[in-house]
Amino acid sequence: MTCTEFLGKLDDYFDGKVDADVLAEVRAHVKKCSHCEVVLDTTRKTISIYRENEVYEFPDALRERLHAAIMAKCSKAKV
Amino acid sequence: MPAIQSQVAEEVHPDVALVARAKKGDTAAFEQLVRQYERQIFRVAQHITQNREDAEDITQDAFFKAYEKLEQFQGNSKFSTWLVRIAVNESLMRLRKRKTSRTVSMDEDVQTEDGSIPRDFAEWRPNPEQLYGQSELGEILRKTIQGLPPGFRTVFTLRDVENLSTEETAEALGLSVPAVKSRLLRARLQLRERLSRYFRQTKEGAKP
Repeated sequence: MTCTEFLGKLDDYFDGKVDADVLAEVRAHVKKCSHCEVVLDTTRKTISIYRENEVYEFPDALRERLHAAIMAKCSKAKV
Repeated sequence: MPAIQSQVAEEVHPDVALVARAKKGDTAAFEQLVRQYERQIFRVAQHITQNREDAEDITQDAFFKAYEKLEQFQGNSKFSTWLVRIAVNESLMRLRKRKTSRTVSMDEDVQTEDGSIPRDFAEWRPNPEQLYGQSELGEILRKTIQGLPPGFRTVFTLRDVENLSTEETAEALGLSVPAVKSRLLRARLQLRERLSRYFRQTKEGAKP
């Protein structure tokens, strides 16, 4: 497996969608390629950081205000 | 050979009943759907537009549009995917209005190969998010995602922030599955590259 082929499998790898033989190839590749090993590790961290941290706050007060506005708009539209 | 429709009873998503009730005019059922998805819709709009006031307007407009068009929702996709699609379209429209001199679409900036080849191979420090306080980390994450072209940002948001599947993302964005995959890979690699500036392990003795 080349570095380009490795990159091509990265998304499926994270989704757990690669077959056992491809998985073995990916693992073998990162064992011998330190660059791709770093790319794999830091891309995984990139995804988890965005998943685990609320990038934008959605405070309760804003939520309630928006919710009320949505429902008011919809009930007005009702004939 | 034509595919044979599966007769196996699939688990019915709870939204199906709510949507059916809402279609018959049950406002409480629609309100429950709003409760369920208002946070997600706001987050999607905020990620795409990078603007809180726009995100507020879009959230209102998206639900209102969904309410008005509920009859047209055929149930071929999940209600949430349909709703996200409305919100994405509203968000991109908003971006177009804001940047009058530039066109903004899902296709913008995706032709370039830029960002598809990793350049930074520094390892990150362990637990990189603990290097910064919560608000500082939030600022870094916002700044970093802001730098992505809207087409990449949108795909990343739906797949990695909102956890939609590749197929659902393709449906919500009107893109093919391969297009979603290629944009997602590039979005992830570009974000990784940018975050590396903050999280990389500095060489011992090196001054920042």
